[in-house]
Amino acid sequence: MSEITEATLDEPLAPRQDKLRRAFFRFRQSRLSMLGAGLVAVVVFFTIFGTVLAPYPEHVAGGVATSTRFEPPSSAHPFGTNELGQDVLSLVMAGTTVSVLAGFGVVLIGSVIGTLFGAVAGFVGGWTDEVLMRFTDLTLTIPSLILAMAIAAALGPGFTNMVIAISLSWWPGYARLVRGEVLAAREEVYVTAARAIGANPGRILFRHILPNIVSPIIVKMSLDMGFAILTVAGLGFIGIGVRPPTPEWGTLLSLSRSYMPDYWWTAMAPGMAMFLAVFGFNLLGDGLRDILDPKARR
Amino acid sequence: MSEPILTIENLSKIYAPKRTIFGRTAEVHALKDVSLSVMKGESFGLVGESGSGKTTLTRSVLHLETPTAGRILFEGQDLAHLSPAELRRLRARVQIVFQDPYASLNPRMSVRDIVTEPMVVHQDTLRLSRKQQDDRAAELLSLVGLGPQHLARYPHEFSGGQRQRICIARALASGPDLLLLDEPTSALDVSVQAQVLNLLCDLQDRLGLTYFFISHDLSVVRYLCNRVALIYRGEIVEEGESDQIFDAPESGYARMLIGAMPQVKVRCDAV
Amino acid sequence: MVQPLLSIRNLHLTMTSFDGEAYVLNGIDLDVRRGEIWGLVGESGCGKSLTGLSVSRLVPEPPARYGEGEILFEGRDILKLPMREVQALRGKHIGMIFQDPTTNLNPAYRIGVQLVDVALAAASHDASVLDCPAGAGRRERRRAARRLAGEMLDRVGIPNAAERLDNYPHEFSGGMRQRVLIAMALIGRPDLLIADEPTTALDVSVQAQILKLLKGTVSDHDIGVILITHNLGVVAETCSHVAVMYAGNIVESGPVAEVIESAAHPYTKALMAAVPTKESKRGSLKGLGGTVPNLIAPPPGCRFAPRCPLAIDACRQALPPAINVRQDHQAACIRLTEAQVLADV
Repeated sequence: MSEITEATLDEPLAPRQDKLRRAFFRFRQSRLSMLGAGLVAVVVFFTIFGTVLAPYPEHVAGGVATSTRFEPPSSAHPFGTNELGQDVLSLVMAGTTVSVLAGFGVVLIGSVIGTLFGAVAGFVGGWTDEVLMRFTDLTLTIPSLILAMAIAAALGPGFTNMVIAISLSWWPGYARLVRGEVLAAREEVYVTAARAIGANPGRILFRHILPNIVSPIIVKMSLDMGFAILTVAGLGFIGIGVRPPTPEWGTLLSLSRSYMPDYWWTAMAPGMAMFLAVFGFNLLGDGLRDILDPKARR
Repeated sequence: MSEPILTIENLSKIYAPKRTIFGRTAEVHALKDVSLSVMKGESFGLVGESGSGKTTLTRSVLHLETPTAGRILFEGQDLAHLSPAELRRLRARVQIVFQDPYASLNPRMSVRDIVTEPMVVHQDTLRLSRKQQDDRAAELLSLVGLGPQHLARYPHEFSGGQRQRICIARALASGPDLLLLDEPTSALDVSVQAQVLNLLCDLQDRLGLTYFFISHDLSVVRYLCNRVALIYRGEIVEEGESDQIFDAPESGYARMLIGAMPQVKVRCDAV
Repeated sequence: MVQPLLSIRNLHLTMTSFDGEAYVLNGIDLDVRRGEIWGLVGESGCGKSLTGLSVSRLVPEPPARYGEGEILFEGRDILKLPMREVQALRGKHIGMIFQDPTTNLNPAYRIGVQLVDVALAAASHDASVLDCPAGAGRRERRRAARRLAGEMLDRVGIPNAAERLDNYPHEFSGGMRQRVLIAMALIGRPDLLIADEPTTALDVSVQAQILKLLKGTVSDHDIGVILITHNLGVVAETCSHVAVMYAGNIVESGPVAEVIESAAHPYTKALMAAVPTKESKRGSLKGLGGTVPNLIAPPPGCRFAPRCPLAIDACRQALPPAINVRQDHQAACIRLTEAQVLADV
């Protein structure tokens, strides 16, 4: 016995931090993933500091300067000014906060509801599964923007109501993803092992199944961030999102619509901001999927 | 021999036909009238090829599967008649080690969490404090040839042989009497297999365990087990002392299996 | 002496990984002649499969990089051939069988279709495979290919071969699928067959049949075989020669009877001691402590030294050369020259 013990202790163990370092190494191999991570970093930076760093904070607060209406891009106003003489750059920078936070809120609430539905459906199975998933399918049949519009119209405008409205049309995707993953994870040998030990269903779901399906959820969340930002902007664009003067990309774009194409710069800045944010989150999501999703890895 | 710890009486399992879009699948008779008993303290080997019903039998013993007919008795108690609470207490006494050490450990749990999990689950009967659980985990690890320094590590840091030792430590954590070993060494290299087999022998001598050893590898079964049953297409075709079966097999199937088993010996008909 | 069919000379292979260069093959020497079945044995991670895959250039480069050494197939260095010619070699002269019979057949096509494709591909390199006139049209060639596919299935022992051509892979059992794969590997009449753990996923009774089939094929067609396995029993029963690999080196090689009956290298001895036999008493098996070393920073000198009971300081100085134990039987261990160790052999 003692000889076995010694022999085994000699065996080398892989260094602890290895997995993370390896993942980062693989992530860095892809230029696009790094570009995505860079863009997301910039977006997150402006989400936090956009309002503070805006060169004309009084415009962000709703102040107007009618003397400087529709000035083309210049050194004083890199993206020009709008119909109220406000600095477009300041508005877009400050608008990042609302757009990204709303997008993040939508994805977070959507994924929590979806995970709950999907996990219960996949784990319990049988009639519960049928009922929950048919309800999910039902929600999916209604176009999400129209559902969000209806909910937003019922709740009234405002940031919180908008986030809730979009979230309620957002969760079915997560429910279906999580259900599939739970069904697969339920058959893993370590889950059978836990059942053989006598672990109760709650323990099996929360200790053995859910921790092992976090990766695909995170990947979907980062891929969804872009679309969520777009949907938020879409609601802003049609006027049931955040009301001016609170700057928000969709609202900014919507207001500048009437002044195209003569005063193109009023639409250019919020449009580009949206494009870069969505692009960045998609690239990051793709990169994360490559390193986190075990199916792509093996 | 002493009294039986596990008795299987006329066990049958039929998987009902499934209706698919292509029509109905046939009824599958996974187990047909299987009876056997495992005595306290012995190593009982169950040998069969793929599709013979070994897995169904193991799952039935663990009560993860409900048999179609027949009874499974653990120390004389019928599993089917136990209350959920009694069944849970029983799970502490019957444990299993699976074939694939890479799949049977939760990759997101540390070795400490893996080994203490049975103690947490059976807290109501074992009543161990957190400190006692940690001590027992360390003790179990050294019992299987690992050390307390491995407690904070994760499964991916270990080799296949080491993982199988962790699986054995987990199986021992609730203080079982009967250990189901479902091909515990067939995913390992021979050199590592030898170590794990020796560990199993050693543990049985020390802890007085009963083994129900499932395998398709006759040489391993012969090495570890004193009694053997051969299962073929859901039926027990031969049962007896292992020396007797290996030296003088009675059924044609046993003779065929033993003849097919490759041996590290030069045969005269080698090319 | 006749030129060997396959001659691997001092083959070196490195793999680039996140942690650095891994020296996975470190000077492999192996000669395979027609009619010989060479067993490659060793623990997992010893480079057995990589040696086999190298012969048909199936190791992806990068991350792999070949250093010194050559792989001569009928005198031509496979490592220097252009990829097009390597493909021709693979299609016609070198057949491969892998461990898992389920993943190597396309589940969407009838096996007849898959076999016909292989036959036609082989015929594009050597028209004589199909045994039909030179100017034959497409349809005629297809018919000939199908006939050949049926014959091959019949030869590997599949009952009702001609009818089963129209079955899908899932309609075959594991052993039958492996037979189909063997038929597929043999259809182009290869000169060399590389079988990588062909029976590991199968039951012993099926394993015995497949190995018998393999032996029969060698004597019928006079081909050379490399059989990669971790099972010494399979080697003892099937192979004519054996090469024991450890951490990218061949540590012992020779005729199977010699190596099994009078193993010279401590690693070979340890492997054999670890296999339970009829005589081994409960608790008496000798396991081999430790694991295969990290090939990025391999131990200096003999790579087996850290696990070797006979290791002395000299072992850790330089890689031991292969020493003739008897004719054709070589082992790479410097302690062999010492009288007392040799006497023990």
